[in-house]
Amino acid sequence: MKIGVFICHCGSNIAGTVDVAKVAEMAKSLPEVAFASDTMYACSEPGQEGIIGAIKEMGLDGAVVASCTPRMHGPTFMRTVARAGLNPYMFEMANIREHVSWIGKDKEANTAKALDLVRMAVAKLARNKPLFAKSFAINKRVLVLGGGVAGIQAALDCADGGLEVVLVEKTTTIGGKMAKLDKTFPTVDCSCCILGPKMVDVAQHPNITLYASAEVDEVNGYVGNFQVKVRKKPTYVDWKLCTGCGACLEKCPSKKSPDLFNELVGTTTAINIPFPQAIPKKASIDAGSCIKFKTGKCGICAKVCPVKAINYEMEPEIVTEEVGAVIAATGYDLMDWTVYEQYGGGRYKDVITSLQYERLLSASGPTGGHIKRPSDGKEPKTVVFIQCVGSRDKSVGRPYCSGFCCMYTAKQAILTKDHIPDSESYVFYMDIRAPGKMYDEFTRRAMEEYGAKYVRGRVSMVYPSGGRYVVRGVDTLAGTQVEVEADLVVLAVGAEGATGAAHLAEKLRISYDAYGFYMESHPKLKPVETNTAGVYVAGCVQGPKDIPTSVAQGSAAAAKVLALFSKDQLQSDPQVSSVDLKRCVGCMKCAMTCPFGAIKEQEVRGEIKAQVIETMCQGCGLCTATCPQGAIQLQHFTDNQILAEVNALLASELEETQG
Amino acid sequence: MSKELRIIGFLCNWCSYGGADTAGVGRFTQPTDLRIVRLPCSGRIDPLFVLKTLTGGADGVLVSGCHPRDCHYSEGNFYARRRLEMVKRFLPVIGIDPGRFEYTWVSASEGQRWQTVVRGFTEQIHALGPIQRFGKDAAATAAQLAASHA
Ligand SMILES: Cc1cc2nc3c(=O)[nH]c(=O)nc-3n(C[C@H](O)[C@H](O)[C@H](O)COP(=O)(O)OP(=O)(O)OC[C@H]3O[C@@H](n4cnc5c(N)ncnc54)[C@H](O)[C@@H]3O)c2cc1C
Ligand code: SF4
Ligand code: SF4
Repeated sequence: MKIGVFICHCGSNIAGTVDVAKVAEMAKSLPEVAFASDTMYACSEPGQEGIIGAIKEMGLDGAVVASCTPRMHGPTFMRTVARAGLNPYMFEMANIREHVSWIGKDKEANTAKALDLVRMAVAKLARNKPLFAKSFAINKRVLVLGGGVAGIQAALDCADGGLEVVLVEKTTTIGGKMAKLDKTFPTVDCSCCILGPKMVDVAQHPNITLYASAEVDEVNGYVGNFQVKVRKKPTYVDWKLCTGCGACLEKCPSKKSPDLFNELVGTTTAINIPFPQAIPKKASIDAGSCIKFKTGKCGICAKVCPVKAINYEMEPEIVTEEVGAVIAATGYDLMDWTVYEQYGGGRYKDVITSLQYERLLSASGPTGGHIKRPSDGKEPKTVVFIQCVGSRDKSVGRPYCSGFCCMYTAKQAILTKDHIPDSESYVFYMDIRAPGKMYDEFTRRAMEEYGAKYVRGRVSMVYPSGGRYVVRGVDTLAGTQVEVEADLVVLAVGAEGATGAAHLAEKLRISYDAYGFYMESHPKLKPVETNTAGVYVAGCVQGPKDIPTSVAQGSAAAAKVLALFSKDQLQSDPQVSSVDLKRCVGCMKCAMTCPFGAIKEQEVRGEIKAQVIETMCQGCGLCTATCPQGAIQLQHFTDNQILAEVNALLASELEETQG
Repeated sequence: MSKELRIIGFLCNWCSYGGADTAGVGRFTQPTDLRIVRLPCSGRIDPLFVLKTLTGGADGVLVSGCHPRDCHYSEGNFYARRRLEMVKRFLPVIGIDPGRFEYTWVSASEGQRWQTVVRGFTEQIHALGPIQRFGKDAAATAAQLAASHA
C-alpha cells in the first residue's frame, strides 16, 4: 500500500512547537509511506490541491493528514481524498494540534509525539478498506421542544417551509419567558404585542401540531427516523371542548394555587388560564390545590362549565410521533437565588427577582401594572437593583456572565421612572456589558435621561430596618462603603439551563455543560448543530442570550432542518458493523447489546446468524466488544485496526530503547 | 518529570476526545507522555485492548468516555464501566499493578478536567515507573499482594 503523509504547519499553531519538516522526513522512513511533505495550511485551497496532486502523481492508495482534530476537518479532508479519486475512508488524521502543539511547549517531545501519532495513523490506514454509504428515506417532520420565542420561531419557519411540525411545550401555554416580560430592550416595545401574533400563528398554522402541558418521555432512532414518545400530562379539562370562556375561573373557590406564570407573585385559582393571551387558551386544573382532588367535595367548575369540558378522571396520555429531526429550544431558568443568604435568600418579601419585577411592571400581571411592594402593597420610592446575582460568581459555581441582565436591569430602571416619576433607582453593577446594536446607548439613557444611579461594586448584604431595607455595598470607583435605604430590592438573577435539561439531553443523546446548557457542535462554525446528527439547538438552551439572538437561532435551526430535508434520501454513515458469517455462531449476544436494535437474526443454510441492518447501525461498536467470536466487526474501527495503532506505538518505544 | 513513559489513552469520540480537544483549544498544558487512540465509544473497548496494550509494554493505559447516562449511543458507557471494572480487578491476577490502568469520564466541555486527569494519571504512572517485562512485574506484584494480605 502506498500512503501519503501531509504534515500541516497550521501557520505557527503547529509549526511553532513541532518540527514539522522533521516529522515529514521521519515519516518517509515508514515502510508503507511513499510520500511525505509538510504544508502551510493543509485545509486551504492550495493545501488541498497539493494533497490531490500528490495522490494522483504518486498513485497513492491513501492519505494521512497530521493537523488539527478530526472532529473539525475530518469531513473536509475526506472530501479532498474523494476528489482525488480515492474512497473517502482511505484517509486518517493525526491530531498534532489540539493534542500536541497546543498543550506542550517542549519542541523535542512534541516532535516525537507528533511522529508517534503519524505512525499510528499510518498503521491504521494500512488496514482501512473502502466503505460505501447506503441511502435511506427521510421522514420530513420535525419536533420542536420548548415553546419559548426560539422554539416558536423555529416552528413557524419550518412550518412555512412546508414541513409538518410537532411542538411540545412543558407548561400549559407557549411563550416562554418572553411572554412574562413587560417591555423589551432596547426599543422598549411591549413584549406581548410582538410575541402575541406569533403565538397565534402557531395555533392557527395548519402544519403545526401543538402539545402543551406535555413532555418527551423517550427518543429513539436516528437522523431522518426518530420515534418520540410524548407524554401529555392531564389538565383535567378536555381541551377539545374547552373554549377558554373562563366561567370556571370566576367560580373556583380555591384561590391559593401557586401562580407560576406570575413567578409566584400572588396566587391564582386552582383552575386557571395562565394569562389572557395564552396559547392554547384553555383552562387546566392544578390538582395540588384543587378542593375536588383534595377532599372529593366541590366540583363547581364542572357544574358551571357550559361545554362540560371538566374531567377529573383524566389520565396521562402517551402519543408516539415519528420525525426526521429535532430542535431543542427549552430555554433557561433563573438560578436558585436563595443561596444568597446575605440578600435575604427568599426570607424578605420585598427582595424579589428580576422576572418577578417584570410581572409587577406588566399590565397583565398580578398588580395590573402598578409597582407595589409584595409586603404591604405600597408604591416603592427607592428601588435598588443588584446585578450579577448568580452570574460571574465563582463562589456559587456560576462563573459565567448571563448576558442579558445588564440590559434588562437598565430597562427596569427606565420603566421604574416611567411608572413612578418621583422614584429613585440605584443599580449595583460589576461591569456594564451592552454589546448589541443600540445597547450601550440604551444603558446610557438609563443613567443620563432617567437618572438611575449606577454604583460599581458588589453588595455585601441586605437587611430590613424599619419597614425598609438597608443595602450595604462598596463603591469600588470611589473606594467607599455605600449604604442605600430601599423600599424594594430587585435581584438580577443569573440564568442556568432549564430544570430537567440534563435529563432531556440524555434522551436526545447530546452533550450539556455543568450548568445545564447544551453544547453546540462547534462554538463558532456550528452554533445550532449538535454532535448528534439531526438534533439542533436554538435560543437559551445553548447558553444565555437575548431575544434577537434567540430568534436568529430559531431561524437558523429551522434553516438547517429545511436543508437537511431538501433531499429525499440521506446517506447513512458506512462506518457500521459487519458480520463474518463463518465466525458467527448465532449466539445473538450482539443483538442483545445493540442499543439501536440494528441486529437481526437471519438463517444461512439452516443456521442462525447475526445480520446488521446498515441504515440502523450507528457505529458505536458495542457489539464488536461483546462478540465472543470476534465475528462482528465495526468497520473502520476493527480490532485489527485499533491494535495496529497500539502496536505501532509500542514498537516505536522498542526502537528508542534499543537505538 | 523524568523521561517520558508510554501511556496510551483510549478515548470515545464524542465526549472525552472532545474534552481533550477543548483542553487543547484552551491551551491547558499537559505532560507529553500520553498518546490517544480515538474510538467511537468507550463501549467499543474490548477488555483485551487494555490487556494487550499493557502486556505489550505500555506503562499505563487510560480509558475515558462520556459520563454515565450521557452517552452518544445512549448506553455504551454502561457496558464500558462493567467491562473496565472487571479489567481493573483482573490485572493483579496476571501480575500487573492495577494502578497502571484507570478509566474515567470526561465530557466534551470539560477541558480543564481533562488536563487534571492527564496530569494526575501521568504522575501516577511515573510514580510506578516503567513497566517491567512480564515475569518481573508479576513477581513484584505478587510480593506486594502477599505483603498486603499478611
Ligand atoms: C427579567 C428578564 C428580563 C428580560 N428582558 C429581556 C428584554 O427586554 N429583551 C431581550 O431581548 N431579552 C430579555 N430577556 C431574555 C429573554 O428572556 C430570553 O432571551 C428569551 O426568553 C429566550 O427564549 P427561549 O425560547 O430560548 O427560552 P425560554 O423563554 O426559556 O423558553 C423555553 C420554553 O421551553 C419550555 N420548556 C422547558 N423545558 C422543557 C421541556 N423539557 N419540554 C418541553 N418544554 C420545555 C419552557 O416552559 C419555555 O416555554 C430577559 C430575561 C429576564 C430574566
Ligand atoms: S373542582 Fe372546585 S376547586 Fe377544583 S378546580 Fe374545580 S372549582 Fe376549583
Ligand atoms: S455498532 Fe453494533 S451495537 Fe452499535 S449500533 Fe451498530 S450494530 Fe448496534
